[in-house]
Amino acid sequence: MQLNWGFMEKYLPMYIDAAILTVKIAFGGILFSLITGFICAIVRYYKIPILNGIAIVYIELSRNTPLLVQLFFLYFGLPKIGVVLSAEACAIIGVTFLGGSYMAESIRSGFESIDKVQLESAASLDLGPWLTMKEVVFPQAIAVSVPGICANVIFLIKETSVVSGIALADLMYVTKDLIGLYYETDEALLMLVIFYLIILLPISIIASVLERRLRYAGFGD
Amino acid sequence: MQDSGINVLFMGSNFLRLLEGLCVTLRISLISVILSIPLGIFFGIFMTLKNPFSKAISRIYLEFIRIMPQLVLLFIAYFGVTRAFGWSLSADVSATVVFVLWGTAEMGDLVRGALISIPKNQYDSAFALGMTKAQTFIHIVVPQTFRRLIPLTINLTTRMIKTTSLVVLIGITEVLKVGKQIIDANRFEYPSAALWVYGVIFLLYFLACWPISVMAKKLEKRWG
Repeated sequence: MQLNWGFMEKYLPMYIDAAILTVKIAFGGILFSLITGFICAIVRYYKIPILNGIAIVYIELSRNTPLLVQLFFLYFGLPKIGVVLSAEACAIIGVTFLGGSYMAESIRSGFESIDKVQLESAASLDLGPWLTMKEVVFPQAIAVSVPGICANVIFLIKETSVVSGIALADLMYVTKDLIGLYYETDEALLMLVIFYLIILLPISIIASVLERRLRYAGFGD
Repeated sequence: MQDSGINVLFMGSNFLRLLEGLCVTLRISLISVILSIPLGIFFGIFMTLKNPFSKAISRIYLEFIRIMPQLVLLFIAYFGVTRAFGWSLSADVSATVVFVLWGTAEMGDLVRGALISIPKNQYDSAFALGMTKAQTFIHIVVPQTFRRLIPLTINLTTRMIKTTSLVVLIGITEVLKVGKQIIDANRFEYPSAALWVYGVIFLLYFLACWPISVMAKKLEKRWG
């Protein structure tokens, strides 16, 4: 296989721009899905009436539909009722809509892992719901949640590859473009794989290190 | 006629066409799951072997498949393989190949997890009772891993269905593509069709995946 290095060098800046876009969407989406997930987890944990029902419906809807379909609805469907969003905003909202439910389940499983005795002890110390969450539940729950959250982060970065479907010039889009224009398929695909590895490998390594460290930091038993 | 876009769905055979489109992706995911299960079981057992060579190979395979977005794998199979080996695979075939490779990796990891979760003293007890290795495997290991694996395998099916929605991006005419055709055909009469068509596709995917997820959750609770 003879690789055309000149071609790769020439289009490297395009790939770098595309990678930055991918990272930007992933970062925004992950940040907002952490916030959404945290809110949903709190709502589900305390079983706040009405909101709990809404959270359940949201989680089921988001977990059982593909991101690409969610994006098509946001990008092509919503403008028909006057909600016009830029492709980038759609992508971030889409990733948030998808990721929020996954984050919620990971964070909630951390909350649920806290023994009931601890809540009763906190109540007997008159800590109140806010302090109980802040001082007792959260610090222990986060250690349980982190592996799940890390897996979700990697999953969401991978999922951003579908935003090319709504014409955002991310890594997939650039690759398809170059293949279509110049037929330098091997080179374009190789750069695609390398760029995804550059984005994903460090995160995957950090995740596994974090997981190992946190397993040491077991609280209670 | 601002809000008449919903009528598009009931015109002619539009709704039926959407369902047919959904069946295209469902068929790809079903075939892939059916092929991935036996292959994944073999791969899972292969991963538990102590041989360093087999360990390295399976590890590289698993990590590569896992770290790459499935869409990248689809591009490699559809555009790359054609170019590199001169095989011109149809989009359907390359999608199935990719999803089988992906499903095998995921299924293999589930099988491996279930196999190593069986404590060593169970093997010792079985051997102490005079069971052979084969008997231990059939009577002790298989029944326990089976229970653990069923809900996880069902979950893998919903993931497969969701992921196969990507095939539209390598040009397979499935439900999103059909939806786009319907919208384009009615662009002037029903400008708001996109909202309804994509809304319905969203619900169709939900209706395909949700019952399966609920079943998996129930089984997990009962056997977990």
